[in-house]
Amino acid sequence: MTEQKTVTMQERDMQKVNVRQRVVKIAVQIMLYTFLVLMALIILFPFYFMLVSSVKSLAEYKEPIVSFAQTLWPRKVILYNYVEAFKTANLGRLFLNTMYVGIVSTLLSLVITVLTAFAFARLEFKGKNALFAALLATMMIPGELFTITNYATVSALHWKNTYTVLIVPFLVSVFYIYLLRQNFLQIPNELYLAAKVDGTSDLKYLWKVMIPLALPSLISITILKMMGAWNSYVWPRLVANDEAYHLITNGLRNAFTDAKGEVNIPVQMAAVAIVSFPLFLVFIFLRKYIMKGVSRSGIKG
Amino acid sequence: MKVVLQNLTKIFPSRNKKSNEEVVAVNDFTFEIPDGKLIGLLGPSGCGKSTTLYMISGLQKPTGGKIFFGDDDVTELSPENRGIGLVFQNYALYPHMTVMQNIMFPLQNLKGADKMDKSTMIERAYQAAKLVQIDELMDRKPSELSGGQQQRVAIARALVKMPKVLLLDEPLSNLDARLRLQTREEIRRIQKETGITTIFVTHDQEEAMSISDMIVVMKLGVLQQIGKPQEVYDDPANLFVAKFLGTPPINVFNGEVKDGKLYIGEEAVLDVAGVEDQKVTVGIRPEGFVVDENGPLTCNLNNVEIMGRDVSVVSTNESSQNPVIRSIVDSDTKIAAAETVRFSLKPHKVFLFNVETEERIRF
Amino acid sequence: MVESKNSWKAWIYLSPAIVLLLVFTAWPIVNTVRMAFLENYSSMGAAGGITYQFGIGNFVQVLQYDKFITCLVNTMLLCVLTVPISTLLALIIAVCLNAIRPFQRLLQTIFFLPYVTNSIAIGMVFAAMFNMIGNNFGGENELIITAGIVNSVIEFFGGEPINWINAGSSYFHNMFVMVVYIVWNALPFKILVLLGGLQSVNKQYYEAAKVDGTSRLRTFTRITVPLLSPMIAYVVITGFIGGFKEYSSIVGIFGEDMGPTGDPRRLNTMVGFIYDSLSNHQGRASAAALILFGIIFIVTMINLYVSKKKTHY
Repeated sequence: MTEQKTVTMQERDMQKVNVRQRVVKIAVQIMLYTFLVLMALIILFPFYFMLVSSVKSLAEYKEPIVSFAQTLWPRKVILYNYVEAFKTANLGRLFLNTMYVGIVSTLLSLVITVLTAFAFARLEFKGKNALFAALLATMMIPGELFTITNYATVSALHWKNTYTVLIVPFLVSVFYIYLLRQNFLQIPNELYLAAKVDGTSDLKYLWKVMIPLALPSLISITILKMMGAWNSYVWPRLVANDEAYHLITNGLRNAFTDAKGEVNIPVQMAAVAIVSFPLFLVFIFLRKYIMKGVSRSGIKG
Repeated sequence: MKVVLQNLTKIFPSRNKKSNEEVVAVNDFTFEIPDGKLIGLLGPSGCGKSTTLYMISGLQKPTGGKIFFGDDDVTELSPENRGIGLVFQNYALYPHMTVMQNIMFPLQNLKGADKMDKSTMIERAYQAAKLVQIDELMDRKPSELSGGQQQRVAIARALVKMPKVLLLDEPLSNLDARLRLQTREEIRRIQKETGITTIFVTHDQEEAMSISDMIVVMKLGVLQQIGKPQEVYDDPANLFVAKFLGTPPINVFNGEVKDGKLYIGEEAVLDVAGVEDQKVTVGIRPEGFVVDENGPLTCNLNNVEIMGRDVSVVSTNESSQNPVIRSIVDSDTKIAAAETVRFSLKPHKVFLFNVETEERIRF
Repeated sequence: MVESKNSWKAWIYLSPAIVLLLVFTAWPIVNTVRMAFLENYSSMGAAGGITYQFGIGNFVQVLQYDKFITCLVNTMLLCVLTVPISTLLALIIAVCLNAIRPFQRLLQTIFFLPYVTNSIAIGMVFAAMFNMIGNNFGGENELIITAGIVNSVIEFFGGEPINWINAGSSYFHNMFVMVVYIVWNALPFKILVLLGGLQSVNKQYYEAAKVDGTSRLRTFTRITVPLLSPMIAYVVITGFIGGFKEYSSIVGIFGEDMGPTGDPRRLNTMVGFIYDSLSNHQGRASAAALILFGIIFIVTMINLYVSKKKTHY
């Protein structure tokens, strides 16, 4: 009798503990979500601000602030800002330029990267390891150090204000070579030997076996390279002061300041939205590849 | 197609730059593999058997010596011109291609007069697939296949070019025990059906013994013995071969020959007329022991394991080099529970070896 | 590996990369060192036949140059402020993300969004957010007619609007905006790496800690952080390297003047200094680039050394 009672008391106490634990757990989860959602809103806010401002009329945007809600929501949605942005900044031309430079440099860069990575991963030659180590060492050097001489080099070659100058100097990326070589090395050497037994040439093996197997890495490289063209600012500004060769970011920065130095912010925000939109599209559809490539690079673009 | 290796040698340069020691992977091999046979290259890991196989395939170039296919010297020929099929240990199937594409891949590389049209290729691919019984799996990717099925695809891919010589590198090592038995029978069947000279590499003596027409035993780059499995087993050339073949392994004793008699410890166990007096190493196959109350060899009895058909007697002896002596005797044998057990020996299951050179001493 | 005597084949595969690397990587390294040690070097002058003395004059000059010191201080300050803040914040967010199940992927995606942006473009958005006046002629008699959202919020709560980035703003407020923007920009990469690290930590450690009754805080400091230390080290190192190369986020907010109207170059950075000297004072630019490289190299080495001592592997 007494024994039975102690058991139930024990059970009761255990239950108390369990309930307490569960309450703590739920409370912690609520705190976690509250914090994360709050942070997420802060992260998202600039994008929201960009979109809201881009559909306000200049007059509305300039009105004195009477209520907080007014800043967060437009009284009237104006889409004309987008048309205006396109015209003012000549976004169409900038867009075409950027696409052209992006596509050509990506294609050439892929070819060079694949060939180089293949040689380092599969072929034997003297000084291979030393050369590869030297390449990796250059990754430590800040790019600005190269820019000084490259600026002089392209000036001497009379490449200024051409597409060539926007494409050629950045075709070789040691990081991409490294990334792809690692991927190639994961492919068992026996596949290569098997192909040799069947008389497959190196190039055919590369094309038929290695490239399909390394496709995810190649897609990552493609996206990062395209994003690089889309975001590049300093180099084009240095070597292409002719507007005909401006890339999208260059056009964006200065186009919306008028003669008095006043900025038409709604139109500017519309332009920013137009420029950001393709990046988001790419991100939504190819998130996996971007994140994979980025987590290994630590380099933007 | 018979395959002849003549003074074949392979020396790898030292990996360590400081020491200039070279590694002799294959040392002066000479032997002939007859046409249409299944040959097992057998030895412990690092014995140079895979290197030999790769040299026959052409993927590695010999440092010295020659390789003949039939009467043709193929030493300088590149792999694709030798007419060989090679199956890798891990199969090396192209993971992004279907079974069909994998099998057809070698045919697509053919050039010139050998070039064939698509329908011939498909026909040939199916022919090869039927031979290894995977023609139902043609649309699958390698990752959707079991280990045994992948192995068959690899064999089909090696066979589709109708090679003169088929080479298999450790074909069974990636399979589980049950599949291994089944697959080795399968390899035997395919070899018989096609009649292609087939050379396979293995470290598993049982595997080699069970299906080969001939085995080639190697150790540290040196050829030890070549012959039919049973002949090599019954008549090993040296202690290494004797030890390497057979399950359970051969029992090794320190012995001595005096006045035409073999002594193990103090006991004269066998007449060995014609052998000079000397210390010897004695190898006795497990089945060479006969339980005999009056037998000359006395051992301390540990236990008796009954395994159905056979009985395994586990005992010890001071002169034994192994911790225990395993002998297999007929299950009808009555063994009295006692401290000791006495054996007499079957002379043809007893081998004597030189203590220094480990070479066989015949009697 | 297949043995072949023809290693020239490999060089054919390598040749495009080698040619480009020789011209655009190897030569610049050599040339930068050369120019840095030729006093007052300018390529225009060199083309005109002037010869330059070998010496360390460029380095001395650069280090005594007020403009460069400003750049150095700005860059250092931005590094020291943004790297710890963004790393800590990223760590907290990553740990929280790792502790939830529903909506984890969605939130993860949101936190990655700032990465896929154009840092100049979004810098302009931040500039608009922190804006105070619509034009540069906001004299005493003129009304403030446009305020950015930040000042709207401040006013909504009854505060006085702050001049963050416009003409007449203070260095402190400029820096504040820069830190906010750079942290916002730096979070995604750090969260991605740290969350990846957290997700690869074996769950058994946490279960073991639970069984031992370890508190949450103790679990975090004694298990999570040590196991994550290689990732943290990686994030800090790349953060410092990125921080020392800070340039375009400032252009995004302040424009190419690198400072508020009326006080250009106030927020210039080392990279900015290099670009400013690029076309006329190559010797000076080269010296600055080598100093930048030296700083990055030293900081990386210190980080590696510390993390080697502190990482628990």
